Amino acid sequence: MITLEKRPQPSRAWSLATPLLAVLLTMICGGLLFAALGKNPFETIRTIFLDPLFSEFAWFYRPQLLIKGAPLVLIAIGLSFGFRAGIWNIGAEGQYIVGAICGAAVGLAFYPTESFIIFPLMIIAGILGGTLWAMIPGILRVKFGTNEILVSLMLVYVAEQLMASMALGALRNPDGMGFPGSRNLSQYPSAANLEIIAGSGMHWGVVTALIAVILAYIALSRHIFGFNVRLAGQSPRAAKFAGVNPAAMILICMGLSGGLAGAAGLFEVAGPAGQVSIDFNVGYGFTAIIVAFLGRLHPVGILLAGGLMALTYIGGEIAQSNLGLPLAAIQLMQGMLLFFLLAVDVLTNYAVRFGRRQVA
Amino acid sequence: MDLSAINPILLLASLMVAATPILLAAIGELVVERAGVLNLGVEGMMITGAVCGFIVAVNTGSPWLGFIGAAIGGALLSVIFGVLTQFLLSNQVATGLALTLFGLGLSALMGQGYIGIKAPSFPDWHIPLLGDIPVIGPIIFQHDPMVYLGLLIIAATWAFLKYSRAGLILRAVGENHEAAHALGYHVMRVRMLAIMFGGACAGLGGAYLSLVRVPQWTEGMTAGAGWIALAIVVFASWRPGRLLLGAYLFGGVTVLQLNLQAAGAAIAVEYLSMAPYLATIAVLVIMRAGRAPGSLGQSFHASR
Repeated sequence: MITLEKRPQPSRAWSLATPLLAVLLTMICGGLLFAALGKNPFETIRTIFLDPLFSEFAWFYRPQLLIKGAPLVLIAIGLSFGFRAGIWNIGAEGQYIVGAICGAAVGLAFYPTESFIIFPLMIIAGILGGTLWAMIPGILRVKFGTNEILVSLMLVYVAEQLMASMALGALRNPDGMGFPGSRNLSQYPSAANLEIIAGSGMHWGVVTALIAVILAYIALSRHIFGFNVRLAGQSPRAAKFAGVNPAAMILICMGLSGGLAGAAGLFEVAGPAGQVSIDFNVGYGFTAIIVAFLGRLHPVGILLAGGLMALTYIGGEIAQSNLGLPLAAIQLMQGMLLFFLLAVDVLTNYAVRFGRRQVA
Repeated sequence: MDLSAINPILLLASLMVAATPILLAAIGELVVERAGVLNLGVEGMMITGAVCGFIVAVNTGSPWLGFIGAAIGGALLSVIFGVLTQFLLSNQVATGLALTLFGLGLSALMGQGYIGIKAPSFPDWHIPLLGDIPVIGPIIFQHDPMVYLGLLIIAATWAFLKYSRAGLILRAVGENHEAAHALGYHVMRVRMLAIMFGGACAGLGGAYLSLVRVPQWTEGMTAGAGWIALAIVVFASWRPGRLLLGAYLFGGVTVLQLNLQAAGAAIAVEYLSMAPYLATIAVLVIMRAGRAPGSLGQSFHASR
């Protein structure tokens, strides 16, 4: 007979060990899955997790790691504040899209003027766009008690349609011979999010993500705001008595996550993606939820988790082209990782006891 | 735009068809939430049901077997959610999201060889006598059997929750799990059964999309239907009767925007496609939700 006994305090050791355990379990189950698909499990696991870093073509993949990791980390940092406070913004994908649209629109409005001020203006527009989009569920929650999970998610689908309409209408490239999609921002120097060191993958989004990690760490561990966030999550009643305004907390957390998601969208549209197009978004907003939990909602953890997730994206692409592994298998593996993470988390909060409990 | 191209009888008839997948998924989730569990994985279970149903139906040639397969597939997926939230006490919101992400990946992988195939046809019933009534006949009595099965499930769920002893126990578990446990009810068992019922219903709803409404398999074909089902449960204040109203309201918006697209409205297609989602938000804002079940979303751990 196995029973669970609640720990007086969450175990520190387990809280560090569980993400590693979850990754290990995912590798084992992923291996079984790949074997079932008729691939060599060891080769596939090696391709996904090691080849992007250590193979002979790693010089090509390492910059990709930063490019894919930056939006994930940036979005996940924003989400982690809300998740800690019990505010569930799961529409980051929509805020990411709207940030990209707003930022790109500002850039395209100046085309073909060259000025150093354009890119900063675009960043501001991207952040504002994402923030405003996230404010919709935030304000509706505060004013009408509407569930922010559902509203923020509905707005993802609305944003996707908005993106399509922009790519086909208002922002379409006038010189594009009628093809959908905007002008390529990465070929417009004043608006391009270029690599700071050529060939390193280090663009302004990566720098922003690193700054966000540091600021989030300081806010959570050294600032009253971080304390209030943690308080609101662990005990909403206590937070109220301590003078934390729940409505303000909701708006700040939604705005923060929306702003960072919007910034991520802008850096993507001005850099790696280059243009507003119908298939611009690839699910970073949803994967960032996994990243936030895998990093245990801690900034440093999120940085590591974002790297790992970026690795599976790139490794997945390599496995797709070299081994013919379907991309859906990678998506499945990422979902599996979140499951294992949530499953083994029980060890952090509960101690496992074997044998029947004695009657005291 | 030619509004006269829109036939009101056909519009109302297709409204019932458009509402059915949401209706099926929402009634399952309603039971789950009345048992005190918040399963946000409806979208994932729906799309898994859609692909399972499609695969079974194509391989056996029978849509009925397809629906059974979809229900089993949805229920199996929901068991993962059940084990995680009930036995391993994980956060229900996060686990539900994980279920959706996992389901989307799983369905894309399973459905790879089935893209572009047509589902076996699922003929409409032409109910004798009733189906011949002018106006009402074509609107209500000339649909495929799943439309009526959906209505039957709603009625049965309503009666189960209101009149049966088991329904009372389920509601007790949802309102206050500590008290239900103290009375000797098996909180986990009740919740696991409710979760599996929810999974099966979501699976049926998904299969209705892939076998009847579209009828094809494409990746991500549920396109938020599962989330809309969740919204409708809130809109319905956790009562089956109002669920019907919510689902038809949503079905109406969907059908109307599709008809406007076909009639060549002056509004761009993209903005019309936003309508169902915007309508869902508007409904959530305007309609004050009733009181949620007392223990909704909380983990239960029997300390002794």
